[in-house]
Amino acid sequence: MAKRSAPEVNAGSMADIAFLLLIFFLVTTTIEKDSGINRKLPPMEEIDPPIIKQKNIFTVLLNGKDQLLVEEELMEIADLREAAVEFLDNNGDKSCDYCQGKSDPRSSDNPDKAIISLKNERETSYAAYISVQNELVAAYNVLRNRRALEIGPSKGFRGMNFVEMQKNYKDARFVGNKEKLKAVIDQIKLEFPQKLSEVQ
Amino acid sequence: MSKFKKKKDGGLPAISTASLPDIVFMLLFFFMVATVMRENSLKIQNSLPVANQVEKLDKKNPVSYIYMGKPSSGYEKFGSEARIQLNDQFASLTDVSAFISAERSALREELIPFLTVALKVDRDANMGIVGDVKQELRKVNALKINYTTGVGDVETNMN
Repeated sequence: MAKRSAPEVNAGSMADIAFLLLIFFLVTTTIEKDSGINRKLPPMEEIDPPIIKQKNIFTVLLNGKDQLLVEEELMEIADLREAAVEFLDNNGDKSCDYCQGKSDPRSSDNPDKAIISLKNERETSYAAYISVQNELVAAYNVLRNRRALEIGPSKGFRGMNFVEMQKNYKDARFVGNKEKLKAVIDQIKLEFPQKLSEVQ
Repeated sequence: MSKFKKKKDGGLPAISTASLPDIVFMLLFFFMVATVMRENSLKIQNSLPVANQVEKLDKKNPVSYIYMGKPSSGYEKFGSEARIQLNDQFASLTDVSAFISAERSALREELIPFLTVALKVDRDANMGIVGDVKQELRKVNALKINYTTGVGDVETNMN
């Protein structure tokens, strides 16, 4: 008897099935946002706040009409980053040998003592608040990036700024000495500590 | 010489659609991999502001989400002021601490100090409610927070 080959299954409707699934996933997909600005809240314990010299505090007030008042002066958000960098980098007591500021005795002593205090009112819009937070984080990043480019080459991380260092540290595919990188990151974080207080 | 006779031409040959399923499957797999099923269905408006100094939220550590924003259409009876949403329902300020302890009890003990609270706040909400929530979080000692934002230029936030 002649061998009969099995009849071929008609695959013409495969595309239709695949389209159906595709459309289902297209509709249900939301690409989740998972980036943001990390912050640490101050603990609740009532300890006596340390006395801080007025010149070491950089007051940023965002009022209910989203107007920005920096050190008692009106300012645009676009100028905030520069003003914050100048304040942090000031080096008033000349103890910070990696600063390049003006050493104005009326401004902050050194980056370790300099504190940025961000106040807002209840009516402040969240978008404006995030914009200000972003600019202040940017100011710290400007200084840290500068420092990273200074000390990076001697530690074997040439041409890598602070933001890239942090990214590489988290990246599993990074080829290089992660422990060394961590040490550099920690050193920069210590030299320019992020002292940003959110006042209620 | 019939070998070289021209075949009779019947117009254009049909384009083969045999590779169509392959293309569609390729797209399908992309979307299947990229899809994250929504954990919560939102009852509030939630268009996040943008920032450019963002860090990636570390998914290795546990994350809890608190949503805030105006009730979206269909939920107008809850008012036009920004509200808090926890899991799938509207919540009041006093529910925040209970929510955090519920989230903590679902975690392994060694992970509890690493719990990050991601605040997903609508750009039109005002800081009053956010400040209240931050105060509640301080009371229950959930101090690691993350203001979830999109990535973009901050100038676009203001209009």
